[in-house]
Amino acid sequence: MSRPLLSIRNLHVAVDGKPILNGITLDLPTGEAHALMGPNGAGKSTLSHVLAGRPGYEVTAGEVLLDGEDLLALAPSERAARGVFLSFQYPVEIPGVPAMTFLRAALNAQHRARGEDEVAAPAFLKLIRARADALKVDHEMLRRPLNVGFSGGEKKRMEIVQMAVLAPRLAILDETDSGLDIDALRVVADGVGAMRSPDRSMLIITHYQRLLDYVRPDRVHVLAAGRIVASGGPELALELELHGYDRFAAEPA
Amino acid sequence: MSSLARAIETGDVAELPSRREEDWHWTDLRGLIRKLPPRSGGFGGDVGIGPFDGLGGERLLVLNGRMAPTAGFAAPDALLRSIRVIGQGEGAHALRLARIRIASGDEAALVESYEGRGGYLSELDLSIEVEAGASLERVVLCDEPADAVSVSRAEIVLAPGARYAQTVIASGARRQRIEARVRHGGGGAVARLDGLYLLDGRRHSDLTTVVTHDRPGGVTDQLIKGAVRDQARGVFQGRIVVAAGADGTDAKMGCHALVLSDRAEVDAKPELEIYADDVACAHGATVGALDPDALFYAMQRGLPEPEARGLLIGAFLIEVVDRIGHPGAREAVRAWLDARLGAGA
Repeated sequence: MSRPLLSIRNLHVAVDGKPILNGITLDLPTGEAHALMGPNGAGKSTLSHVLAGRPGYEVTAGEVLLDGEDLLALAPSERAARGVFLSFQYPVEIPGVPAMTFLRAALNAQHRARGEDEVAAPAFLKLIRARADALKVDHEMLRRPLNVGFSGGEKKRMEIVQMAVLAPRLAILDETDSGLDIDALRVVADGVGAMRSPDRSMLIITHYQRLLDYVRPDRVHVLAAGRIVASGGPELALELELHGYDRFAAEPA
Repeated sequence: MSSLARAIETGDVAELPSRREEDWHWTDLRGLIRKLPPRSGGFGGDVGIGPFDGLGGERLLVLNGRMAPTAGFAAPDALLRSIRVIGQGEGAHALRLARIRIASGDEAALVESYEGRGGYLSELDLSIEVEAGASLERVVLCDEPADAVSVSRAEIVLAPGARYAQTVIASGARRQRIEARVRHGGGGAVARLDGLYLLDGRRHSDLTTVVTHDRPGGVTDQLIKGAVRDQARGVFQGRIVVAAGADGTDAKMGCHALVLSDRAEVDAKPELEIYADDVACAHGATVGALDPDALFYAMQRGLPEPEARGLLIGAFLIEVVDRIGHPGAREAVRAWLDARLGAGA
């Protein structure tokens, strides 16, 4: 088997001296989607933040490799330029910056970092409009300050629009399905499902089976108390849907 | 009253405004300047291109405190006037310009830039009168050297029903003060007095405004936004006086600042002095830091930290630029701000 795109080895992470992740080991091969499930407080969001490079987390042991490169040594923008995208559980409002302006600046910063040509305004406009249409995001929303006054569902759709425009190699979706009604979930899940590709890997953090019905993960991992306590095929998610996490949470950390 | 201009005129440092004067508390020139330098000599070399040169209009060049001989406001009724005030060298100079009068019915614009090289001391005094039914938009861009000490003072008289809008954009200097005193005509006269400062290094900028409403029915709207980093210091003093009898005055003032480092400083003194009844007055002031969540979000999407910071600082400040009514001046200021932020905020 070829080298996995993402390789997490014995990762230990603390916040303010308190251990949150206690030795996570996980390989995510190129082209696969893995679901990460588990009870609240298990460390799922911490893992997504550490992978994206959010400040405030102390890696006390272990390593993370992206394509064999030490991911943890890179700044968040460098990780993004190498294809790491995090869909935020709580997308941030950026007053004063239209969504379109923000996303074009981001895309071109990634292009510059990779030594690629910048995307000219007309080509960008065409690209973002097509992606917005697919996610039923009104073009008028693209001109509004990013996420300001957007509903929860609109913010999540805008995250997936951004993901579709930036076309990452590693997409980390942190509870992208939370706070969505059934219709919005379908739109978002279709959008995420459409991005499954042999060139792209996904790590999908979720509490629910619903998103996974659309995205069809290759593997499912259960995180509890900062450790992966079970891994299996898609059937594991179905089992969790029926029986919950009790069996895992009960095990000593 | 003491002033930098008088100190330059007399060569007497005791004439410099000092911290003992309440209005100059944060911009203490007496404490800064031990000895006045000699008067500035003639200006040498090319003046280059000013930030508003693309707009055309009547142009006036003030070089080291002297009006350039070829320039001047030939047409008194010009609707776009441009003044470039350029300093050079280590000397001192001051100039008072003839009164600019905007005649009834005219909609005029005045764009000013303060530029230069060196550690000069400079004061420019302006006097502006806007007649009833006239309007003036004034945009002042101060892009001066870090070693200069520069004061710009404007006295503005608004007739009843006049409209006046002012936007000052300041990047500071060793000391830089842009002062405007507005005598508000009321009777539906509207004044907007906005300001923006973006300071780094050890730069200091002082935006001071005094608006006096002594007749009823005037409107004043003020929005000041600034960002300071390193050891820079941003000062805003805004006083709105509503005299007895100036009923129906509507005054609004907001000043908001981003402090981007531990050693940067913002001093804001918004003041409303109200002696009339039946007025609507409000002011608000905030000081904060860049939102770390927004910064991380922008970086996660691919913006390197300096670019992400520049984007967020620009987003904070742009509201002031957006309020400039003159499209050409607005775009010139926007371009200046983009360049300044792109150069590393």
